[in-house]
Amino acid sequence: MPEVALVADMLVRATPLILAGLAVAIAFKGGVFNIGAEGQLLAGAAAATATTLALSGMPGAFVVTAAAVTGAAAGALWAAIAAELKRRFHVLEIISTIMLNFVAIHLVSYLVRGPLQEPTGIYPQTETFPLSARLPVVLPGTRLHLGFVAAVLIAIALAWVMKNTAWGFRVKAIGSSPRAAWSTGAIAVQRSSFMVFIVSGALAGLAGSIEVSGVTFALYENLSPGHGYTAIAVALIAALNPAAVIASGIFFGILQTGATAMQREFAIPSSLASVAEAALILAVLSVAAYRGRRLPGLPRKSAA
Amino acid sequence: MNALEPFLEGTVRTATPLAFAALGETVAERSGVINIGLEGAIIAGAFGGFVAAGTGSVWFGFLGAGLAGMTISALFGLFAIRIRADQIITGTAISLFALGITATLYRQMYGAEGAALSIPTMGVVEIPVLSSIPLVGRAFFAQPPVAYLLYALVPAVWWWMYRTNAGLGLRAIGEDPRAAIAAGIPAARFQYLAVLFGGFLGGIAGGVLVIAQAGSFAEGMSAGRGFIAIAIVVLGRWHPLGAAVAALVFGAASALQYLFQAMGWNLPYQAFLALPYVLTLLGLAGIAGRSAAPASLGRWQDQH
Repeated sequence: MPEVALVADMLVRATPLILAGLAVAIAFKGGVFNIGAEGQLLAGAAAATATTLALSGMPGAFVVTAAAVTGAAAGALWAAIAAELKRRFHVLEIISTIMLNFVAIHLVSYLVRGPLQEPTGIYPQTETFPLSARLPVVLPGTRLHLGFVAAVLIAIALAWVMKNTAWGFRVKAIGSSPRAAWSTGAIAVQRSSFMVFIVSGALAGLAGSIEVSGVTFALYENLSPGHGYTAIAVALIAALNPAAVIASGIFFGILQTGATAMQREFAIPSSLASVAEAALILAVLSVAAYRGRRLPGLPRKSAA
Repeated sequence: MNALEPFLEGTVRTATPLAFAALGETVAERSGVINIGLEGAIIAGAFGGFVAAGTGSVWFGFLGAGLAGMTISALFGLFAIRIRADQIITGTAISLFALGITATLYRQMYGAEGAALSIPTMGVVEIPVLSSIPLVGRAFFAQPPVAYLLYALVPAVWWWMYRTNAGLGLRAIGEDPRAAIAAGIPAARFQYLAVLFGGFLGGIAGGVLVIAQAGSFAEGMSAGRGFIAIAIVVLGRWHPLGAAVAALVFGAASALQYLFQAMGWNLPYQAFLALPYVLTLLGLAGIAGRSAAPASLGRWQDQH
């Protein structure tokens, strides 16, 4: 494989990791333990697929945009379930988001074997997207699509928002101490936490949407090899900094492309990549703990 | 009658591994440590049990399962208790690690296919007299012997926790570690032992899945049971007997599918697969505001 195509493949692989990594980073920063990026990503992929197939025949730019918007909305909605359960019933989001991941997996399985199955009804997947409804390739001769550029721009925009806006300040304030934020009287902690959850879900949903519009061109089971879980490692390695998520997303893109290649060439199981990811998370945690400070943005309380 | 028996049998079968895992997690959480890595202990136990039972002895298999779960939890304890890294993220990383390492080892040891491998399973042993109680007799007393071990363990843990000085010490740490330390209780050692005990039982839960139920190992076969068990601890209000009852209620709700099928309700099978996760969410929402978590749960870092 020529080097350019190989690099492009790594960036393609990095794209959902950057977006889902942003989802986790913003959530953790705001003190929300959203472990549900996986489910929100699948919800986004499913909604984007349904939109794309429903709008077939319309102009490509319109279809792709509509898919991105509905995908983000579906991710936000999926996160909103956990957010609402937390707000109304104090359900620990670590548990609820993981439960919703499993529900999303079975929902996708139902869709691709039921209402969204391709017309012949043989394969458990949807129809393939028409060429016009796919994200344009930005580097001719490779698979690198517009979604990567979008992910990088969103990361930069989010870094700016966190640094320069009142909203970003509120999120950080709640993350570092919900009590202190509440005592100022100027921050509606519950409402802001809810918003953090929604924004996080929308980013993960967008990751799923871009994955179907730019890479898979169809919805099927096992669409995500655990992007939503890798995203946790991506966010932590980036110290929850949105701009740094670009670099750490690309790093994990390289790691996973390498793992896939090692499986193909040397029959080394690619599941070893998640072992490496877990080891990296633990390494970051220990470094933070040894320095005597917690990770930026992790809430002081995480009680059930 | 012919619908009720599979229902009751399904209830106990679903509840058994969950009750083992939830019982161990109850002990860990009463010491103030929330082990989100329980999922990792279960999958490690499933794999350890699979390997150990391959020698031909089912009880040796269960020992291997328990030790494998305990090893994974020792790793959790090293980071969460010794280094005092964030418990939630450590636990998530430990689960990711265990899912990855078991998949890798399984593929290395048995090849990527590995599907046809099976091991000796633990057969049903009927308890005379008790198993002939109408309706519930067979469901509870015509089970693999490991279930009877559970029936004995639940009251034993209760007795230890509420009727011994050590149990009182454990609960004291969970409520206020500093006061416990001031009273001369070696808090970190207690927590470590509690986490190891929880890991051992989590491993047994994985062993039940492989040795008493499936008869083979599959990647990711823990399927979120660790997280469901953590929810069951909450539903059981951090009490050993409560955990057992909550596991049974959960098992019954999951086994509703047998009743539905008998009544001829035609739902997509994915709805039944998603049911346990939805039920967990509903259950957690249902006990809103009535939980009684140990005061220092998940906050060991802050108490020191």
